[in-house]
Amino acid sequence: MNNAIDSILIFLVLTDLILLGSSRLKNAIRFVALQGLALGLLPMLAHSQGVVWHAVLLGAGSALLKGFVFPSLMNRALRETNANREIEPFVGYISSLLIGVGVLALSFWSGARLSLPWEAASLLLVPAGLFTVWTGLFLIVARRKAITQVLGYIAMENGIFTLGMVLVEAMPLLVELGVLLDIFVAVFVMGIIVFHINREFDHIDSDQLAALKEGPP
Amino acid sequence: MNTASMLHPLLALLLAPLLPGVINRTKAFFAGRRGPPLLQTYFDLWKLFRKGAVYSRTTTWIFRAGPIVNFACLLAALMVLPLGRVAAPLSFAGDLVLLAYLLGLGRFFTVAAALDTGSSFEGMGASREVQFAVFAEPALLVGLAALARHAQALSLTPIYAGLSSASWSVSFPMLALLGMGLFILFLSENCRIPVDDPNTHLELTMIHEVMVLDHGSVDFGFVQWGSSLKLWILGALWTGLMPPGATGRPLLDLAAGVAWMLVLAVATGIAESIMARVRLLRVPQLLVGAGVLCALGLLLTFR
Amino acid sequence: MPMEGIYLFALLCGAMVLLAGTGIGALLVGRWSARWAVALGGGGAVAACLAGLAAAIAALALRFQKTAVLPWNIPHGSFALGVDPLSAFFLVPMFLLSGLAAVYGIGYFRPWRGRNPGRFWLSYNLLVASMALVLTARNGMLFLVAWEAMSLASFFLVVFDDEAAATREAGWIYLVATHIGTAFLLALFILLGCANGSQDFAAFAAPGGATGLMFLLALVGFGTKAGLFPLHVWLPEAHPAAPSPVSAVMSGVMIKTGIYGIVRTLEILGSVPGWCAWLVLGIGTVSGVLGVLFALAQHDLKRLLAYSSVENIGIIAMGLGLGMLGLHYGSPGIAALGFAGGLLHVLNHAMFKGLLFLGAGAVVHATGTRGIEALGGLLKRMPWTGAAFLAGSVAICGLPPFNGFAGEFLIYAGSFKAILGAGALALGGVTVLVALALIGGLATACFTRAFGIVFLGESRSPVAKAAHEVDATMRGPMLILAVLCLVIGLAAGTVVRFMEPAVGMLSGSSVAEGGGGSVQWIFPMALSSVLLLLIMAAGALVFFRRSCLAGRPMRETVTWDCGYAAPAASMQYTATGFAQPLTNAAARILRSRVEFHPPKGIFPSTASFHAETPDIARESLFDPMFRKTAAWLGRLYWLQQGRVHFYILYIVVALMVLLGWALRP
Repeated sequence: MNNAIDSILIFLVLTDLILLGSSRLKNAIRFVALQGLALGLLPMLAHSQGVVWHAVLLGAGSALLKGFVFPSLMNRALRETNANREIEPFVGYISSLLIGVGVLALSFWSGARLSLPWEAASLLLVPAGLFTVWTGLFLIVARRKAITQVLGYIAMENGIFTLGMVLVEAMPLLVELGVLLDIFVAVFVMGIIVFHINREFDHIDSDQLAALKEGPP
Repeated sequence: MNTASMLHPLLALLLAPLLPGVINRTKAFFAGRRGPPLLQTYFDLWKLFRKGAVYSRTTTWIFRAGPIVNFACLLAALMVLPLGRVAAPLSFAGDLVLLAYLLGLGRFFTVAAALDTGSSFEGMGASREVQFAVFAEPALLVGLAALARHAQALSLTPIYAGLSSASWSVSFPMLALLGMGLFILFLSENCRIPVDDPNTHLELTMIHEVMVLDHGSVDFGFVQWGSSLKLWILGALWTGLMPPGATGRPLLDLAAGVAWMLVLAVATGIAESIMARVRLLRVPQLLVGAGVLCALGLLLTFR
Repeated sequence: MPMEGIYLFALLCGAMVLLAGTGIGALLVGRWSARWAVALGGGGAVAACLAGLAAAIAALALRFQKTAVLPWNIPHGSFALGVDPLSAFFLVPMFLLSGLAAVYGIGYFRPWRGRNPGRFWLSYNLLVASMALVLTARNGMLFLVAWEAMSLASFFLVVFDDEAAATREAGWIYLVATHIGTAFLLALFILLGCANGSQDFAAFAAPGGATGLMFLLALVGFGTKAGLFPLHVWLPEAHPAAPSPVSAVMSGVMIKTGIYGIVRTLEILGSVPGWCAWLVLGIGTVSGVLGVLFALAQHDLKRLLAYSSVENIGIIAMGLGLGMLGLHYGSPGIAALGFAGGLLHVLNHAMFKGLLFLGAGAVVHATGTRGIEALGGLLKRMPWTGAAFLAGSVAICGLPPFNGFAGEFLIYAGSFKAILGAGALALGGVTVLVALALIGGLATACFTRAFGIVFLGESRSPVAKAAHEVDATMRGPMLILAVLCLVIGLAAGTVVRFMEPAVGMLSGSSVAEGGGGSVQWIFPMALSSVLLLLIMAAGALVFFRRSCLAGRPMRETVTWDCGYAAPAASMQYTATGFAQPLTNAAARILRSRVEFHPPKGIFPSTASFHAETPDIARESLFDPMFRKTAAWLGRLYWLQQGRVHFYILYIVVALMVLLGWALRP
């Protein structure tokens, strides 16, 4: 049981690292989708009483949303905006990877120091979750395109979801669904922004938002 | 030490040229061809050792020493290399560093011999070789450090002797990560497909093959045999991770090790058939990726 | 004092006096006869170094530990000389390399016969004498005097070719850097003296509370001399400017007095806070990696070697830092391995860096240029120099079976041991491991480039084509050093046994006793036998190759360039091109200035690429800092009136203020 959880978490960390080092938007979308699918298994495995219906439902719902709905939405956005397939990074891929390793070590360190009210299902749970959150934030900060930022946002949500697994015993379903809803709205809004930017400026480079700034450049 | 560990270096020396044969047959099978004979490398070596030599006027003794020193380094490396559960003939604390540095010495002389020709092609290959080594060496040592920590030992033989099927069920993620990392290193250090293409000599893939463009006769024989041996040595670091534990019968362990080596050769052939070579500029990224996998494996041992 | 002690001190003091005497003598004699000046100065240096070497080896073998105090009328000063394993260990490479460089210098300065060679020998002999004094002084005042004498003597050697403007500028940078370092040392000794009421090292045993601050002062002061990043700025300027035997001595042993100072401070302070260990480790890592990166980007052979010294000092500091970490976290085995690795690398670096600078000197001597891009194909014309340079290059990359491997092996062993442990110590171990592996890879790139472009392939310029082998006085020292590199590499276990008492002084006495903590186990017979096997296998393969080729046709032709009929020297890979994949990857750190004229048109006639890599610490730290300081102090220009009267007035005012302050109620 523990090995299965660990393997999923390792997969999560690896996909985070791939996201950091990947140069293709389609690839990145695919890997975020895979993350969502893999995380769908987590609630069932993390529950100490085995298969519980609300855990299954939660996992299936999140997997459906993050594994299929979001990616297809994003792929559509990609298609309709005719965006360049390359991710345009502010921070290079190798540097991103190395920063990723550093942040990973930091996550392990802080994960070991955090005192939690409940015992986590796996010692990797908190570090992997933290690392995914950091990766998402890093992608939002260090990548130029709006669509990569949506990706970063979803990756971050995956991290929060993973951290939520610590509370899987006591977790009210409603809270988790609320989180999902938040994200859904966020994706929706970002999508609108994407299309909007596309219509106004003919590309989805959020760097160009700076052009709207008033005052001296 | 026992018969099996005395036998292993000899066996490695004799069987290593089989590995390229197996890889090529696998690739031929995937491509729907018949492919060269399984023993083609042996035929090549036999031919090369009986040929006269042609040398460039530019070259010096360094050019002739390059393949010899490289081959001698690989022979010395066999002395500390365990094959799975078969102990190495010699084992001492820190022999993993010696192994990595012996490969480094071989690389130094291969690169120097390439530069000795004064050819721009070989200079290019040499430049790339040292570039990729910069990324590969830390990855290899971090991977070995993870294994050392896992086994709480400083020598290759006890590190690999402790691994078994049980260790896979206990620490599956860590071993899987190291397996992936070491496999990438195996492919890149041996200049196999995602990094280099051993079947061409031209601009597309100028790393290892282009460095030895000017070598012929016995020297090229050493180069060919040496690259098979390098396949074996780096392969042993990977096959050692694989499941069956020590059976108690050393010769059986040795047979298992050789069998895994052949499996690795087939896997390499499959990998080469289904993968495309990555762009040269992306190779460092691939190697850093291997390093990240190994580092992650090391991190997992700290739980 | 036992008899052997008297002999030992007599031998050491005799060596120092002989050095000073023959130096002054050479200057005086040089007015009449250059030949006699060289004989006196060089001969004196060689004889004194032999005597000193004998004394140092005897002291190390006997585990000698004594201090002798001679009368000296200086406030707070006493002429306390001491020899203990630590001093003796540093004295061995110092006398050895200085002696060999002196032999080399006799040959090297033959073309300069027109000028008074006594000028060189005076500074050189005084430099060696003052280094010996620095390593044996046991009093703060004496130490500072010796330190200053060493700095000044080496300054005069750096500016030996004072006609060149670049040399004078390099001299100034060195002078400023070394005095900034001395200022920190002055503060250190004042603090130590105030805390203990005496300047004798013996009284320093139990210092006051601020050991962290004291160590920091020592690290900055001594680190400037040693060339730790970012205090290394003078190295890449001064080493290329100095005559090659001087570069060899400065880089091989003089900068090691900085390391000696750091370990001596460590020994005096006893225990330092944990952050000091992390600081040393961190600075060592940064120095090591950046040093070799910048070396890779250079195309002046001696500048490249100077940056590589920064790298090796970094490796030494990593060893020391690991040792300090081991002490801090109560792990004597790791401490012993770290310190032993650092100290062994001190010895090793003296050997191979001395060798490489002497080799570079031979190249400069034969071709008149230090530019790598203009050289090539020298191995055919200078076979001995080339072979020795190759040995040095392999050794400096830390590759077996040479001595560089032995030192790095100890540090690796320490780091692996740390990784097997838990917590913060393991983090230090991983840092050292990754940094050493990275440095190893980069050093291989750097030195295959240096050796390959300079000695292999075709000559790239007429001067390289006209090169000739240097004479025996220059060849001999290089070959001796090359053999020593190999011998230390093969007999590392014996060498470590010799230096064990010096390591014990740093890692605590319990180490030698507590079996597992001892460093002796680390070089087992198995390791040496693998190395011997390597050499034997190579020999056997040479024989096998010869027998395969016997009786078969052997032809010579041009290099195969894929059908190109007339390969030219200019078609070869250049040093810049060879390193470019790596320098591009590190472009953000190196900040090379590139001048690129790409080929244009269908039949391009000219195209060129040139990259210049200035020092990052100098460009973005020291230059702005000094410019700001100059601008700020510029407001005080009105004080400088240019008349003696005013200056005397300032002195009088200062005296009166001081008097008033001294007599204040």
